This record gives sequence, C-alpha cells and structure tokens, in this order.
Amino acid sequence: MSASSTTPAQTLDADAVRREVPILAREIYGKPLVYLDNAASTQKPRAVIDAVATFYETTNANIHRGVHRLSQEATDAFELARERMRAFLGAAQHEEIIFTRGTTESINLIAASYGHANVGAGDEILISHMEHHSNIVPWQLLCEQTGAKLVVAPITDDGDIDMDVLASLLGDRTKIVSVGHVSNALGTVNPVAEIGRLAHEVGAVFVVDGAQGAPHGAVDVRALGADFYACSGHKMYGPTGIGVLYGRRELLDAMPPYQGGGEMIRTVTFEKSTYAPVPAKFEAGTPNIAGGVGFGAAAVWLQSHGLEAIERHEADLLAYGTQRLAEIEGLRMIGTARRKAGVLSFVLDCAHPHDVGTILDREGVAVRTGHHCAQPVMERFGVPATSRASLGLYNTRADLDALVDALQQVREVFA
Amino acid sequence: MSELRDLYQEVILDHNRHPRNFGSLEEASHEADGFNPLCGDKIHVHLLVDGDRITDIRFEGSGCAISTASASVMTELLKGKTLEEAKALFHTFHDLVTGKTDGDLATLGKLAVFAGVSEFPVRVKCATLCWHTTQAALDKSADAVSTE
Repeated sequence: MSASSTTPAQTLDADAVRREVPILAREIYGKPLVYLDNAASTQKPRAVIDAVATFYETTNANIHRGVHRLSQEATDAFELARERMRAFLGAAQHEEIIFTRGTTESINLIAASYGHANVGAGDEILISHMEHHSNIVPWQLLCEQTGAKLVVAPITDDGDIDMDVLASLLGDRTKIVSVGHVSNALGTVNPVAEIGRLAHEVGAVFVVDGAQGAPHGAVDVRALGADFYACSGHKMYGPTGIGVLYGRRELLDAMPPYQGGGEMIRTVTFEKSTYAPVPAKFEAGTPNIAGGVGFGAAAVWLQSHGLEAIERHEADLLAYGTQRLAEIEGLRMIGTARRKAGVLSFVLDCAHPHDVGTILDREGVAVRTGHHCAQPVMERFGVPATSRASLGLYNTRADLDALVDALQQVREVFA
Repeated sequence: MSELRDLYQEVILDHNRHPRNFGSLEEASHEADGFNPLCGDKIHVHLLVDGDRITDIRFEGSGCAISTASASVMTELLKGKTLEEAKALFHTFHDLVTGKTDGDLATLGKLAVFAGVSEFPVRVKCATLCWHTTQAALDKSADAVSTE
C-alpha cells in the first residue's frame, strides 16, 4: 500500500459521498430528499449495507462457540469489527471495546455496574444541563437506588457549560462526572478534555456521551481523558441496535458483570459462577453480530473520507447554514455556543416546530421537531420544542438552501 | 402545497392566532391535563357542567397550530352541549381526522375544517389531544392524558 493511499483526503467531495449512499437518491412527495436529521439517525453507505448483507450471505453463525468453520469466520469478523472500533476511538486495547445496543445501553451499563460498585449514599454524580435524557435518567435511577445525589452544572444563554460553576460543584463526594461530547439539541462541542482533567483532580471517573461526537470528528479517548466513552452505530452511518462502550481496562477489570447469561461466564455451577475476562464479561448472550460487522465497516468508511476533512466540511456547512437561517424573519437560533458541531436548532415566531416539520416534510426536507430527548434544555431556553436541522458528511450547501426555501414556505402559510 | 392548504385552512390559522375560550375557569367542576410527549404539546381543559350540560369550557396550554385550533373550535362547539352530544361529537371528529368518514360536510359543521388532517397521520394526535383530555375530565379520570 502506497503512502498516499493511507493519507486521508484533504477535502471532502460531498457529491461523491452522496453517490455512495443509496437512500439519498429517493424522492419524497416528488421532491428530492433533503436529509437533515442526522443527529437522530444517519443514512447508510453502500459499504455498510454490503458488509451486513455479505455477512449474512457468506459468514453467518454464532460466535465464540462451536468449532465449525462458519463460527470461526463469524467470530473473526466480529472481532475485526472490535479492532476497527478500537482504532477509531484511539483505545489502547481491543478488550476495552464492549459492544452494546447503543449509547443508551452503554451509559446504563456504567451506571449499573461501575455505579453500583462505587457510588453510595451521600456521593455525587455531576452532569450538565444540556444532557440527553440517556445521560440523565440512568444516573437518576442510580441515585434513587443508592442515595447518591445528581448535581447539574448550569449552561449559559449561548449554550456553553458554565465552567466556573462546574468547577465549583466538584468535590470529594463527586464519584462520576458524565457529559456529552457534543449536545444533540444545541450542537455545543463541550471542552471535554478540560472537564476530564477537573474530574480526575477530585478523583471522579469521567464518562463522555459520544453519541453526537464520534460521527463528526476524530476521537481519541486517551487524549480526551475519558474513562468511559459511549457511542452509537446508527448515528455513525452504521446499523441500528449496535453501539460501543469504551472503558479503561483497569476499571472494566474491577467492575462486576452487567447482565448474566451465556458468553460472559467462565464456569457455572448452581453454587457459584465465575466470569469471563473483558470484554466478554459485559457481553452476555449472542450479540448483534451483523450489526457489529456493519459498525466496523462504518468506522472504516468514515476514516476513508478522513475525519478531519469531515469536520471541516461540516463546519463550513454549519457556518453557511447559520448565515442563511439568519435571513429568515422571526427565526431565533437555540444554541449559539463558541464551538459547535453540525446542529442548527431554531424556533420561528410565526409557527410551532411541529407545523414547521410538517411543511418542511412536504418539501422533501427531513428535520427533527420536538424536545430532542432533552427536555431540561428546552425548559432552559423557554421553548416547548425546536426544529433541528443536523448535518452529516453527505450534506451540501444546496441542502441548506432547500431548508431555507422551505422555511420561507412556512412563513407564507403562517405569517 | 394543496394538501398543506387543506391542512392549514384559514379557519385553523385564525383559531391558532386567536384561540377562543382560552384561559382558566375558576368555578370549573371538571378538569384534566393532556400531554403529547412526542412534540411537547400541553393542554389543560376546564369545564363547568350543570346537570348533564356543559355550560362553560376553557383551555390553556401550548401546542402546534393544529392542536391549538382544534381545542379552540372544540370549546366553541361543546359549550351548551349535553354530555351525550359531546361524546357523539368526539366520535364524529375522531372518524373525520382518521379518514373514516366519507366527508359529509353538512353534518360536520365547523369540524369540517379538520378534514385535511387525515392526510397527515402523524398529526392526528395533535388534533385529538384536546378531545381526549376533555373526555378524561368528564370521566373524572385522575391521571393526565398522554397520547403515547
């Protein structure tokens, strides 16, 4: 392999990327699909679709059991996917990559396993005001069960975490700090490395909800200082129902199992069972094997386009979209943080987000409307809901032009 | 745009901008909360029932144009109706927005403006939230109504 073929492309050719994603050729109500709901779920490139189909057509069998050829090949395919996710996230060892159903299950795993073993009455868990429900509710459950307290770091009117207040909320009682890498509702890119440093200063473990971070730029869990990092396949151009939890090896080794069953044991008797080493200890039952294979293919696909190039492309679109949306009378952006990833969340003075969504849909423009599973954020900004356009690497300036045109239609109906 | 115009008829836009019977009712005999967790729509319906007749009705809350207009039109229609008539209207309305009527506009009266909703299945819940909430208030069911 020549050196040049391993160097990531410096610029992203979004039109070429689009040709790799079959669904983007669809029409909606006779109009070209303009897909701007990537923070909810991304569309799948041919490379991922083929990886899943090829697995089922040629390799399918259960893994880590059986001596037959297919079982070995399926095991190899699944473990190759684990290695690809290790490389993607910059983890030191492949044993630090646990396959889960997604970010939600990853965070629940930490809360149920690490949390129950390490958090007690009077301890504190710190999150921020901008978290997704999946980075709030698992901790609330843990607090209810243990008598620990959930502490929430406030955010500013722009949608940045108030770092001074956050620092002042940390202390000896803080056992876990968990924040989103990128806010799904506001687009804020949080200073996770800095928050991780502060968390470690007080001896807390640092959890990063990477659901919206990993799809949009290079991630290096060690550089971020993350003890745990969670992400979802379907938000990274991979299949649904598969995700990853990265955990630092020494933490994972010391943690009790999450679920019991097959795969995660070493020996079982009715008196006592012993458990397999990581990662199998946390992967009870037959996993989503094809999903894992597809997720690995998605990671390779993202790397083939270059994470830096993707980040630059989406930053350009974000700046363009922000500027174009400012042209629309009565539009208020929700989330104007200094550092943002591809999320344009807004409200119109003349129309409710739900009505905006319906009219945009008829123009072929898919956006999310609602509270984005972040009700405390909506409350913070005094809105019941927003409309949210969220970007992926296959989006273009033309997509944002279509969004703006469709929003003018909304004004025509409502203003 | 034609289906959109059918959905967002002038009457609906007008009721959205200027909802009728909006506010609280101090002397309410029945009330209930309704909530659509999908989009965050919230409504509170107050009713004053005298015998078997609805003598006053008001609503509060926030929601999309369809849910606000539906609540506004509903309050206009239900004021002065008997509980039996209210129930029958709800059935008529429900059939209309779910596309189960042939659209005999004469019997629908004011409700006819919501005929376009049946072309937008995800919006049916917006249109029916206020009616479900009213039903819950009249049934004196203690829990808040949720569309999910």
